[in-house]
Amino acid sequence: MDMQTKASRRHILKWTGVGAGIMVAGSLLPNFGISTALGAELGDGDVGVLNYAYALEQLEAAFYIQVLKTPFSSMQENDQVILTSIRDHEIAHRDFLKKALGRNAIGALEVDFSAVDFGSRASVLGTAEVFENLGVAAYNGAGQLIKNVDYLAAAGSIVSIEARHAAAISDLLRPYSAQAVGRGHVDSKGLDGALLPSQVLPKAAPFIKTPVTAASLA
Amino acid sequence: MTEQNSILSEIEPELADTILSSRRDVFAKYARRAGFLASAPLVIALASNEAFGQALPKKVEDVLNFALTLEYLEAAFYDAGNKASGLIPGKYKTVFRTIGQHETAHVKLLQGALGAAAVKAPAVDFTAGGKYADVFSNFDTFLTLSQTFEDLGVAAYKGQAGNLAGTPVLTTALQIHSVEARHASEVRRIGLRLGWDGAFDKPLSKSAVLAAATPFLA
Repeated sequence: MDMQTKASRRHILKWTGVGAGIMVAGSLLPNFGISTALGAELGDGDVGVLNYAYALEQLEAAFYIQVLKTPFSSMQENDQVILTSIRDHEIAHRDFLKKALGRNAIGALEVDFSAVDFGSRASVLGTAEVFENLGVAAYNGAGQLIKNVDYLAAAGSIVSIEARHAAAISDLLRPYSAQAVGRGHVDSKGLDGALLPSQVLPKAAPFIKTPVTAASLA
Repeated sequence: MTEQNSILSEIEPELADTILSSRRDVFAKYARRAGFLASAPLVIALASNEAFGQALPKKVEDVLNFALTLEYLEAAFYDAGNKASGLIPGKYKTVFRTIGQHETAHVKLLQGALGAAAVKAPAVDFTAGGKYADVFSNFDTFLTLSQTFEDLGVAAYKGQAGNLAGTPVLTTALQIHSVEARHASEVRRIGLRLGWDGAFDKPLSKSAVLAAATPFLA
């Protein structure tokens, strides 16, 4: 297959705060015309999947770093212990993925948390709940896209931590509730969410300024 | 050491060993079917064997029966616990009732997927021969076993992911895996613990899981 045919068949994901959405490329440019100096192209195959995870972990890590830097006024010791531990996990996930990707890693993404009121417990925990549940569904849906079983195992060791976080955050918001064990995200068959990158990226887009493209992830 | 091995070692040397030693040829057999990965639907028709024609591949069947055995154990545990009067304090009843519903749903889902190949429910002894004699009258004992089963379930599914790689069952297994992780986190929270042991969850091999579960099989 020549390059032109290949490129024209690609589904180009454009992931920005301005115009999130999926576009089918008519263009030969896999990054849809976005300057590579300003944007991040996730790449092909397992590299693309790992960069996708790396982008989400960057987002989560940046969020919790900000949460602990500017704690909401009513932050109790329990909130702080849990949020600090989660922050440290997300940093560890981010750094692990960056190291695994080596020179294939996308750059640092610029985030946009202007929609979050860091002074409000409800806003912070509500956003955290969104991020954790999105992370769970993203990893669950990406598993099938990973070809190397070692990477699959690594993703597996991260996704259950994200699910543990999701439960802990839900419990902080609604102690000992059905939501704290997944109601709202677990269906009647007892299955958690699983989303493809094309479903996840638009949900993350409002929080990321750097244009991110995924030429080969569907 | 290959490059991949060293990547996993970044997480945990033990994890790398576990994963690498638990690999099966099944991965090579199914994962390399070009197109299978790309076209695998997110919502898998696990309700019947039809997803695979008349019979599931033997290795997949083995994994699902292994999972079903654990789910039988969990479902029976919560069924007994939720029925035991005076065991579960009122404020935690919703959590354990919801967990029980999930485990029962997992049993049904796996039974449906396996059809006639499904193993029968094992006879159980949650006192483990008398070691936990007050399991259904002392909440602390019940909570200890609940955490044991949930953390074990998370590690068990994680340990089997590689064996399901390249099959449509993988996503479904991941969707169960993260539900077990939500349970584990909340149960630990009720026990006044953090919902996790670190930034990366570890898998367990089938033999290690069975060794841990065997005391509860009558």
